[in-house]
Amino acid sequence: MTDTAAPYFTAKHGIAGLDEWELVVGLEVHCELATNTKMFCSCANHFGDEPNTNVCPVCLGLPGSLPVVNAEAVELAIRIGRALNCDVHSSVFARKNYFYPDMPKDYQISQYDRPINADGWLDLADGSRVGITRAHMEEDTGKNTHAGAGGRIHGADYSLIDYNRAGVPLVEIVSEPDIRSPEQAKTYVAELRTILLAIEASDAKMEEGSMRVDANVSMRRLGEDEFGTRCEVKNLNSLRSLGRAIEYEARRQVDLIVSGERIKQQTRHWDEEAGRTRDGRSKEEAEDYRYFQEPDLMPIEPGQQWVDRVDAAMPKLPAARRNALAGVAGVDPTTPAVVVAVDRQLDELAIAAIAAGGDSNRVLTHIEQNLAVDGAGGLSPVNLAELTLMETNSELTATQAKTVLAEMLTSGAAPAAIAAAKGFEAMDTGALETMVDEVIAAHPAEWADYVAVAAAGDDKKIKKLVGFFTGKIMQASKGQADGKAVNTLLTSKVGAAG
Amino acid sequence: MSDAITRDDVAHVAMLAKLRVTPDELDRYTSQLGAILDHARDMEALDLDDVPPTAHPLPLVNVFRLDEVGPGVDRAEVLANAPSTQDDRFRVPAILGEEP
Amino acid sequence: MSAIELARAVRAGERSAREIVDGYLATIAEHEPTIHAFNLVTADEARAAADAVDAKVAEGRDPGPLAGVPVALKDNLCTRGIPTTCSSKILAGWRPPYDATVVQKLAAAGAVSVGKTNLDEFAMGSSTENSAFGPTRNPRDPERVPGGSSGGSAAAVAAGFAPLSLGSDTGGSIRQPASLCGVVGVKPTYGLVSRYGLVAFASSLDQIGPFAANVADAALLLEVIAGHDPRDSTSSPEPVPRYTQSLGDGVAGMRVGIISELMGDGIAPDVRRRVEEAAEHLAKSGATVGEASVPAAMFGLSAYYLIAPAEASSNLARYDGVRYGLRVDGATTAEMMESTRTEGFGVEVKRRIMLGTYALSAGYYEAFYGKAQKVRTLIVRDFAAAYEQFDVLLSPTAPTTAFRFGEKAEDPLAMYLSDVCTIPTNLAGQPAMSVPFGVGDDGMPVGVQVLAPTLGEVPMFRAAAVLEAGAPA
Repeated sequence: MTDTAAPYFTAKHGIAGLDEWELVVGLEVHCELATNTKMFCSCANHFGDEPNTNVCPVCLGLPGSLPVVNAEAVELAIRIGRALNCDVHSSVFARKNYFYPDMPKDYQISQYDRPINADGWLDLADGSRVGITRAHMEEDTGKNTHAGAGGRIHGADYSLIDYNRAGVPLVEIVSEPDIRSPEQAKTYVAELRTILLAIEASDAKMEEGSMRVDANVSMRRLGEDEFGTRCEVKNLNSLRSLGRAIEYEARRQVDLIVSGERIKQQTRHWDEEAGRTRDGRSKEEAEDYRYFQEPDLMPIEPGQQWVDRVDAAMPKLPAARRNALAGVAGVDPTTPAVVVAVDRQLDELAIAAIAAGGDSNRVLTHIEQNLAVDGAGGLSPVNLAELTLMETNSELTATQAKTVLAEMLTSGAAPAAIAAAKGFEAMDTGALETMVDEVIAAHPAEWADYVAVAAAGDDKKIKKLVGFFTGKIMQASKGQADGKAVNTLLTSKVGAAG
Repeated sequence: MSDAITRDDVAHVAMLAKLRVTPDELDRYTSQLGAILDHARDMEALDLDDVPPTAHPLPLVNVFRLDEVGPGVDRAEVLANAPSTQDDRFRVPAILGEEP
Repeated sequence: MSAIELARAVRAGERSAREIVDGYLATIAEHEPTIHAFNLVTADEARAAADAVDAKVAEGRDPGPLAGVPVALKDNLCTRGIPTTCSSKILAGWRPPYDATVVQKLAAAGAVSVGKTNLDEFAMGSSTENSAFGPTRNPRDPERVPGGSSGGSAAAVAAGFAPLSLGSDTGGSIRQPASLCGVVGVKPTYGLVSRYGLVAFASSLDQIGPFAANVADAALLLEVIAGHDPRDSTSSPEPVPRYTQSLGDGVAGMRVGIISELMGDGIAPDVRRRVEEAAEHLAKSGATVGEASVPAAMFGLSAYYLIAPAEASSNLARYDGVRYGLRVDGATTAEMMESTRTEGFGVEVKRRIMLGTYALSAGYYEAFYGKAQKVRTLIVRDFAAAYEQFDVLLSPTAPTTAFRFGEKAEDPLAMYLSDVCTIPTNLAGQPAMSVPFGVGDDGMPVGVQVLAPTLGEVPMFRAAAVLEAGAPA
């Protein structure tokens, strides 16, 4: 089931010096689910506890232990799938077999050829759409701490393993290789995070490891059809690392290709301090995971009713919210103020304020510039609307409005009352012009300068002198002059004089 | 079905299974595994084209448990079984060698 | 004395559990050195458990349906704080921090565990010769194998070390040793008995089941250990019937089919004769006997020796020296894991791990594992068709009587053929049991296998009870 595609926007990668190349990125994002217990046992799913205190025979993989599926994990997995417009399928679990000491059974229970969610998409704030190949369930591994070699795995003397994290439920979200720039990659991850928080599926903290991002990066010359050899980059602990690592890989790969060398298909590790990726495991001989259906678990058949229930309870997601606000405000959904409003969860406030008659432009501007504070969501939409109308009616200057707004946030009072109490009144135009003339007359030398540089078109000097006069006028008016009006008057007078 | 299992095949699966085999063992295992797989060729007589696989003898689906915390195991009891521990964690030798 | 009779006497206060277990422990002390049925005899724990049962009876509290009855447990069943080795060096001395569900159920029923019995390492074998701790000897003839992999549990009952024991059956590992030792052995429907705490060999085939000296005792033990377990996702949610209650219902009108494919040249003539006699006896007792056909059963061995090792290769990956069991040190973890597994596993286990790894590996999955799963479907279908015509089926349990030590040990394929009669029911997930029915030409026991459809233990036990009553001396 697919939507009619939103206009697909191929972003230029924005990396200097690589104009002849196209960057191709696919992202694999692992999200730890916000459940009480682990995926296959009833140990607590809790970060930061004493090592090996949230363990049991099942998540330790002790001989004789057996997994049992956490129903809530399935619920959250379906929620994630539907939030990403995926089809929800009947699915089975599979064993992914490989040896690693942080894996108690030396196999991971995951999903292989029949994942629970497939074929979705994500619309981003920049107007682009990224396809979602699949979002499947699996269990997390334990945590290794490496002793020696500065905590890094390479060159460590020994390792210590804590299995508290082993068995924590994960959903792995795999995107199509639709991403074309480091910025878009970051936007994708940020959007994903917002969604995960909105549907309460995960707390998605990259720095705590509850959301982990691996990037598959390849390069190809512009116009080429085939994808280049890709490398997987791991150890990306922040959006910033993600962007930097992608850019580094892009350059590294192009350098290799241009010098005639082959790109080795491999996993690479991002070294944040050194600002580079390093060799990891070779993927040339693809690791043989010997996937087979997990015999200890039964298939999961959610059925249409479960999916319908999830759909009915789905909160409004960021893309839909941006569209709604943009529609009401009469602007494009990619408008920065709209994106910010939704990011800050202030879109409902904005819509209500506009519905109450507020000026949509001023509403959006306030939200973008003046409401990056806690508690902004509690602002009365009617009051906000009234404030914007006072501005458009020239009863308040922009500067005054900002002050009034700040007070509205703390006191909750209406703008008119606050403005009156502060003695704010915008100056009427006639009085303003008289004041401007008085200031000009008081500074004839600077005025002559201004006229001269205005005629010469010297922008820098114009700006300086405008600033000078505006400052003097503001002083004289005790801040009650409207900056825009002052500007207009000065410009017309200078034009008349020249 | 594919050709007979070779010495290289056996060496490969031994590596996958983290088992070390001596050359003598390799020969012996190759011939023994070969005999078993050879016997399994009798399945080629069957028409399996439209036959679905059976992964489970029981036709159960949707077997779940509630998301409620339950008792685990005593950490001391578990660590007491471990070959090597440190700081309440399981200790293992270096996981990867020096980076190339 | 039968287990049923012992339990009745203890519950009625006529006999003390302590006196009973002391008697069995004395028998063990005398004959165990010859037989080697046990990896570990837990005499102190047994006495303490027996005392606790006696205390309960004295206080007028219900001591359970198996009160005071000694039971031996196959050493692949997890017993908290008591070494559970699977007869492998890699788990030598491992003390599980938890009890298997069946172990908990036995304790709640008042049974008294006397020890952990020997098995083929990780339940892989048909003779118990693959144990890392030495073989078990057949109590009927110490020069012969008791069968496997639950050789120790079968021998324990046959030697009078305990009236009851538990084994596990993946391809015949309860039924075949039962046949070779002349005792009753039952593999229940897959999912009837919880696998939680059974060290896994092949997850879609393994089942825990009872050994006993008679059918009624086996039925009672199965009643106690069966039932849904929320800790086992493959556990059947169906309620468990009281098998002991319908045991005496007879076989009048029951349709019995002898599986023709399992009565061919691969079966020793004296064994075949016993099966025919058994069928005659059932007919005389009111059953209609006919010939049944399960054609795909002929391919059971091939499918089994791909599916079971494949699942086993994955189940045994966890034995890596990191968290428990044997560790052989190495400079790196990879080396340590390799050394540990190479030294810790025996030859048969390594052989099956490699076979299973191969069957699952890239490029071979469809040809081997994939194909075997399809053959499994054919077997399920053929059994379903047979059960349209018949209520229970009959076959030999094993192709021969107990063979001598070393006879098949060097030829894995020959050893695997011992399981030809038992394997199909594991693949189908259906119940079957072995009932002693006379001896072969060499004087060694012969077992007849009664097979039933899924959750068909009731008719299975009824037929078995009749067979038992008519068994030649």
